[in-house]
This record gives sequence, C-alpha cells and structure tokens, in this order.
Amino acid sequence: MSTHPILAALRRHKAGVILIALQIALTLAIVCNAIFIIGQRVDRVNRPTGIDEANLFVISQQWVGTPEDGAPDAVEKIDSLVRADLDTLRRLPGVESVAATNSLPLFNSSMINGITLTPDQKNSTLSATMFLGDEKLMSTLGVQLVAGRAFTAADVQHQGFRDDALPPSVIVSQAAAEKLFPNQSAVGKTIYSDTKGTTIIGVVKLLESSMVETFGNNSDYYTIIEPVRQDGNISRYVVKTRPGQQAAVMAAARTALFSANPERVIDEDRGIRSFAEIRHEAYRADRGMAILMAVVCLIMLCVTAAGIVGLTSFWVGQRHRQIGVRRALGARKVDILHYFQIENLMIAGGGVVVGVVLAVGLNLWLMSQYEMPRMPVIYVLIGMVALLALGQAAVFVPARRASRVSPIEATRAA
Amino acid sequence: MFAYYFELGLRSLRRNPVLTALMVMAIGFGVAASMTTYAVFRAVSGNPLPDKSGQLFVPQIDNWGPQSRKTGGDLPESLSYTDAMALMHAHKAVRQTAIYPVGFTLVPVDPSSQPFAVNGYAAYADFFAMFDVPFQYGSGWQGVDDDNRANVVVISNELNQKIFAGANSVGRGIQLDGRDYRIAGVVADWDPRPRFYDVNNGSGFGDAPDVFMPLTRAIDLQTETLGNNNCYGTTGQAPGWDGWLHSECAWISLWVELPDANAVARYQSYLEAYAADQQHAGRFHWVPNIRLSNLMQWLDREHVVPKETTVSLVLALGFLLVCLVNTIGLLLAKFMRRASEIGVRRALGASRRQIYTQFLTEAAVVGVAGGLLGLLLTAFGVLGISLVFEPEIARLARLNVSLVGFTLLVSVAATVVAAFYPTWRAARVQPAWQLKSN
Repeated sequence: MSTHPILAALRRHKAGVILIALQIALTLAIVCNAIFIIGQRVDRVNRPTGIDEANLFVISQQWVGTPEDGAPDAVEKIDSLVRADLDTLRRLPGVESVAATNSLPLFNSSMINGITLTPDQKNSTLSATMFLGDEKLMSTLGVQLVAGRAFTAADVQHQGFRDDALPPSVIVSQAAAEKLFPNQSAVGKTIYSDTKGTTIIGVVKLLESSMVETFGNNSDYYTIIEPVRQDGNISRYVVKTRPGQQAAVMAAARTALFSANPERVIDEDRGIRSFAEIRHEAYRADRGMAILMAVVCLIMLCVTAAGIVGLTSFWVGQRHRQIGVRRALGARKVDILHYFQIENLMIAGGGVVVGVVLAVGLNLWLMSQYEMPRMPVIYVLIGMVALLALGQAAVFVPARRASRVSPIEATRAA
Repeated sequence: MFAYYFELGLRSLRRNPVLTALMVMAIGFGVAASMTTYAVFRAVSGNPLPDKSGQLFVPQIDNWGPQSRKTGGDLPESLSYTDAMALMHAHKAVRQTAIYPVGFTLVPVDPSSQPFAVNGYAAYADFFAMFDVPFQYGSGWQGVDDDNRANVVVISNELNQKIFAGANSVGRGIQLDGRDYRIAGVVADWDPRPRFYDVNNGSGFGDAPDVFMPLTRAIDLQTETLGNNNCYGTTGQAPGWDGWLHSECAWISLWVELPDANAVARYQSYLEAYAADQQHAGRFHWVPNIRLSNLMQWLDREHVVPKETTVSLVLALGFLLVCLVNTIGLLLAKFMRRASEIGVRRALGASRRQIYTQFLTEAAVVGVAGGLLGLLLTAFGVLGISLVFEPEIARLARLNVSLVGFTLLVSVAATVVAAFYPTWRAARVQPAWQLKSN
C-alpha cells in the first residue's frame, strides 16, 4: 500500500497527529527512565550479602548500671557479662551457633576505616566496613573462606568501645583483597589503618557491608573482619538456629537473657530482629520506589492507549463517508484496517523518534541532578518496541470498526 | 448565562460517555500521581521553623585541611570539641548552643517497671529560646546551670506521660544511667520536621527526643555521642576520653542566632579571624576556610529531602504533562466533532467570546470531575506511601484540607489550560462553511 494518501490525510489533522506523537514521545521518555530505575532497584535488592541468611537473627541490647567506659575494670566486667550471655544463648534448644559482633551486613550501623598499604600513605587505598566479632562469627554467618585460615579462639581480643587498637590479624573480603593487592595473594600481607598495621590471615569470598547505599552508589563489598569482642554499653549477638525453630528461639532468647541477668534493656520492637527483617528494612526504599515506578508506568501506558483509542475513534467517525467511498470503489475490509494501522505506525514512529531524544535527555538531566547512572541503550529499545506495540493494540479496535463501515455509507450524506 | 453553559456542558459530556470517562480518568490519575508525590515532598522539605529560619545559622570550620577533600567531600559537617567550645565561650552571637545526641537508660522509681532506653540531646540553655521550644510545665534550665554543670534535665511531654502520668513534674527527679537529675521543664509536643538541629546525624525524621541536658554536664560524665563521630588526621591522638575531646574528630553541632544582616557579617568575620588565629597558632596549616549557612541552606546542603522523593516528583510531573497532552487531544476530538453545532450558534449571533466561555466551562466540568476522581485516588496513594517510603516519612504525608483544595485546583486549572487550544480551534469555525456543508 502506498503511504502517500495516508500522509496527505495526516496533513489535514496536524493538531491531532502532533498531540498523539507528543504523547507517545513523553510516555516513552518517562517509561524508559522509570523502567531503568526499576531495573536498578531490582538489581540492588538482589545483591548477595555473602552470608547464609536463613535462620539468622540478631539481638541488640544495652547494659544497665555497668561501669563507665574508661573506668579501669569496665572492659573486663562487660566482657565477662558478654561471655555469660553467649553461653546462655548457646544453651538454648534449637540454637546452632552464636557469635558476638558489632554489626552485620545491611544492618545500617557501621564502622568504616580508611585502609592504606604503608603507615605514612596520605590517601587511603579504600574505605572498608569493619566487622568486629569473635571466632564464631564467620561460621555463624556462613561466610566462605577462599584463602588463608579462619580465626581461632586464640586470635580473639576484647576491647572497649572507643579503643581503636587494631588486632594483629584480620580477614578481608575478596573484593578488598583484590583492590589492595591486585594480581597477588593478600594472605600474609600487612595493611594499615591510621598508621597501625595488621596482617591479613584469610580472605572470604563475599561479604556485604552494613551500609548498602552511600550517595546512590552500591557498596563495593570492601569489608574486613577483626577478631575482636567489642565490650561497650551496647552488645550485639547474632544467632543461627536450626531450620524451622527461629521464631521459638527468638521468643526464648529474651526470657533466657533476662532471667540470667536482668540488668539490661532489650528494645521491645527492635531489640531482637530476624535477618529477613533487616534485609526487608535495608531495601525498603528500593522496593517501594520500584513499586511506585511500576504503577506509574502502567497507568501511564493505559492513559496513552486511551488517548490513541479516543483520537482514532474520532477520525474514524469523521471519515465514515470517505471509508464508504473507498469500500465502494473496491477496497477490501483488510485494506481499511491496514490503512489505520499504518497510519498509527507512522504517527507512533514519529513520536518514538522524538521520544528517544527526550528519554536520553531526561536521563542526562537525572544524571546531573541526582547522581543517576547512564541508561543502557537496551532500555530505550524496549521502550520503543513497547510503545509501537501499544499503538498497534490501541488502534486495532477503532480500525476494525472502520473496516466494517458499509460501502453504502458512500451514498449517504455526511 | 454561566448556568446555561454549565448545563450545555453536562449534556454534551453525557452524549459521549466513553470519551468523557477517558478524559476524567486521564486527569484523575495524572493529578493523583502528582499530588501523592507532592504530599511526600511537602512533608519532607518544609521549613521546620518558618518564623525564625532566617536568623538561625550553622558555622562550619575547616579543621581537616584541603588534603581531606582530595577524594571528594566537603567541610566537616560538625565541629571538633575544641572549636565548638571556643565559639561557645566567645559568645559572639545573640544566642548560641552546641548540641550532640545522647542516650541513657532510665530506671523507673517504681521497681516493678522495666528500665528503658531514652534518647535526647546535650545542649546549652539557649537551645530552648533559640528554637522557640514550647513548654508544658516549667522552662529550660538557666545559663548558670550550664556554668555549674548542674544535674538538670528537660523532658518531653511523652516521657512525662510515661513516668509521671502527665502531672507537673517540675522539681522532681529522674534517674538516668544511675544518676539523679532534677527536672527543670516539660516540653509540650514539639518535634519540628525535619529535625533541623540534628540532620547531620540521621535522616532528620526519627523519633522525637525524650530528654535534654546541659552539654557541660554530659561532657563531665563522659557521655558518648550517639551521632556521627568523624575523624581525620587523628594520628598520634592521646588515648581515652580526654584524647578524643582534644582530637580533630568532628562530632558537635553548633547553632547561632543572628538577628540581622549586620550580625551575620560580624559573625562571619569573627569566624574568619578565629580560623586565622588557629592558623597562626600552628593548628591549621592552611588558609582559613569557614562557612555560615542559615537553616534552609543547611537543610539543602545536608540533602535532607530523600533523592527518591525528588526523582519521583520529577516523574510524576512528567506524568501530569502526559495526561494534559492526552486531555488536549481528547477535547480537540470532542470539540471538533461539534463543528456544525458551533456553526449554528455562531450564525445565530454567538460571539467568539461566548463560544470560548461555553467550551471552557465544559472543560472545567471535566476538570472538576477529574479532580474528584483524583482526590479519591490521591487518598489511596497517600495510604500507599507507607509501602514506598520509610514509616517516619510516610506518617507526615497526610491528606489534609490544603492538599484536598490543591488537588482540585490543579485538576481544574490543568484541564482549563489544556482546553485553550481546542477551544481556540472551535471558536475559529467558520459559520458559513459549516452551514453550507450541511
């Protein structure tokens, strides 16, 4: 079919054509960027933490009436309380493993140190999240050791909350190891934090940091484990239970700890939390944003489809007589159908071309304003195909109605 | 006349129920998406202290040097203890207070109750006057209490309800971390959003503070900050509490009240002179670098409005735009279909102005209907916010009278604006041509 008559007809409906094309262009621009945002969020939510998250929960508590930090025997006193607690928890039925820790991946409470390769290096090579825990921490979390050895009880020190001494040995994540010592084994090497040195004795495959978002960028998995029980006003224990017993153990833990030693505060709501809850909370904004964007996209596509249906219906109504004439002159139903479909394809095609420009422009603007990354071409392509398909789907109903116009219409007055 | 146009509009809308429904839905959804996002945006970016925000300032001092900003970053967002105390003692502003977040365990007098954790701030007496803190009972402590490092506290209304059942507790005592404090006042419900005086230690939308106590006393008791403690170049720092106090770690916020432009200029030059003195004394090895931001500039600098909100506001506005274009198209279809009716009306003597009035009235009817639908959807949207944003923010975004009014206004205004082009086309219909072609 020649496109010439279609173009000639479109020229008589400039305003309507421009409006549909503009609407398609705007929809494309927004939908592309929204899908891109959704994609990013989904990627983030699905990032692995490197730990075995099932059956894990965390207890955060504050001591009441313990000596001030800095008092001579404070650290020793708190340490004995912590060790007693660990024992209490270990004896609970259904508990597989218990460890003391300062934080966890996704926990949103972190200690971050600048790491250097020499004691007097000015700018740090990387910033790492420091996890401070005892020798049971790695096995409780189920992190995978890929080089060197794990901590033993002999490696573990204990120190006060403000004491920033570094233990003689640490274990680093593979990402940190590769950044610090590219193309060589990190085990046995010395690293420095604030001029204090320590030796890497092991490397773990993957360990997510505790703050997952730093200014819109994903964390780099730069994490370091110190064999240190931190004895401060706040103590934190991570517990791994046998499958299916988590809820029961979580309930029993509070009672057991209070009956062992009532001089403590465990917050009603947030004192004991499962890792599933921690993960849910860490990615709450991402999930929410993805849902919001998806809903907005869906509604927007519906509105655009509705607009196409409305305007095409109007044109079909307006051209009843011409369609009748064409039918009387021998055009088949399918020719009329194709006419409207090709017409829509041309309008949508024009809209999509403008839309690609707008989509890239919007992405560039979001990049400059909100630190968004660059949108890969695939999102634009998906958006183009989606909108062309949407146009064809929307035009089908009015176009079929047009194809059913009887040739007899030609003889009727408009 | 208007009533007549209104009736004509209604009749015309009833004639094409599908097209009308499409328009109303497009406007309704567009307005609802924009308004829902706007509700969140307004909740988080509002001015927490409209009467005084222009007089409250945050000084920043570069105590880390340009080296610390090599890998990005800005001036430290809080002050070191050394600088905070120097500025407090200089007393160059009308009022000033250093602030840092603290937490304690409160042991109730009633032995059957469990101890619980309370959070709050260590501050100076000026805090309450500077930030217009309203009191239920009593008042803030006095300046002399700061000097005497007194065991006084101001507690929140909520805490007062919890432990004194809401009675006037001024003069009574509470026990925090095993120490007794005298209650000087009970703050009436006061929790500005965002909590501007502590945005550098969190989102600014957390739970309200329970206690305030003199900072001088908190320091004596070696009370740790619950907020951020940012250290740079602390190599060789002496160990323990005193070492930390005298280090270059930045962890104290300072707020000053400067009533007019002269005071601001004077304070600015004082800060410059202070930083220069530190340079001469050999503490700073760089050119003095200071900054004085007022409350709103500070909130902006600290990025208090979550990025998600701004991005979704942009997209929601784009969505409103699409719905607007859609409405223009549909109205055009609708109005042009009635070319012959317009021709007859024009031939019978209707002026272009009258055609304008008639069709814009009809559009406004669509706008009102769309607005009502939009209102309903906005209500659902606001309910849905709690799925999308943190609960602290979600509970601020509510459907109130002003939002209802604004939603209706936006939908009517948007539809009428959208109707201008189709109406212009309709008014240009040539009566003679239309009559002839019939």
